[in-house]
Amino acid sequence: MLFDFANVLVFILIGLLFVFFTLVFSWMVRPHKPDKDKASTYECGERPFGSAWVQFNIRFYVIALIFIIFDVEVLLLFPWAVVFQTLPRGVALVEVLIFIGLLLIGLAYLWKQGDLEWVKTIKKDDE
Amino acid sequence: MNISEIIYHLIFYVFAMLVIGSALVVAFSRNILYSAFALLLTLFGVAGLYVFLQADFLAAAQVLIYVGGILVLILFGVMLTHQISNVNLSNPAVKPWLAGPLVLIILAGLIWIIVKTDWSGPKIWLDLIGSELKILPGPTTQQIGQAIMGKYLLPFEVVSVLLLAALLGAAYLARSRGKSNQ
Repeated sequence: MLFDFANVLVFILIGLLFVFFTLVFSWMVRPHKPDKDKASTYECGERPFGSAWVQFNIRFYVIALIFIIFDVEVLLLFPWAVVFQTLPRGVALVEVLIFIGLLLIGLAYLWKQGDLEWVKTIKKDDE
Repeated sequence: MNISEIIYHLIFYVFAMLVIGSALVVAFSRNILYSAFALLLTLFGVAGLYVFLQADFLAAAQVLIYVGGILVLILFGVMLTHQISNVNLSNPAVKPWLAGPLVLIILAGLIWIIVKTDWSGPKIWLDLIGSELKILPGPTTQQIGQAIMGKYLLPFEVVSVLLLAALLGAAYLARSRGKSNQ
């Protein structure tokens, strides 16, 4: 187990080195001639205006919340997947189908209620 | 002390310093967004410490849920904050006379747990590094899987109901707020 996580650590270190090397190397070779346009925030060729702090749509938050629920579900499926081979097939499958099924009912309910839709549908609900 | 033990200690202290340093940034940063990003390093470092405690499943859970999920939620929470540009003080000390004793109580509780816990597990691991790697305790994921498919099957299914309730509750709360905003 220690070796497995040493592998992970090696990957992390390579990733950090990759970023570090890229930044340092480009810093060494690039010319340094800043002007007003270059120093401003990159906005796909447009001149940026206003503050970067805008209030996000509440929809993002709902999607993130639902994502976490299914994140936890996926996490709990990992131990099941590891021992799946050792268990009697039908039993393990049924157990997990109940587990997923309950959450799928919730997802289907949300979908039908329009919670997964963008703002348009909410206005329809208010009518 | 052989070379592998030195490397082991070195990696541990790097992770410990990562956790403490980034936690200080979370607490003392004047910008709430910097605090949120520093929390990324804190949570990731804690995942590393879980690995040192031989809790591999918990480490994966930490990365998957906290780094991948909760942090995104916190960032969205920051960005959803009304008039974000006025919120520069991340932690205004509103009631230090209330917060002080509370922090001391939590600190006392943590110290009590640290003193009381049997830390021999990781120590055994440390002793074994130089000699026999194959007699290390195996991954915990399989044991957890056997437990939730056997003895703890009912709690496992109840977790599904709990997640269902959380799913519907989250959607309900966000929905009612979405309507009131219009």
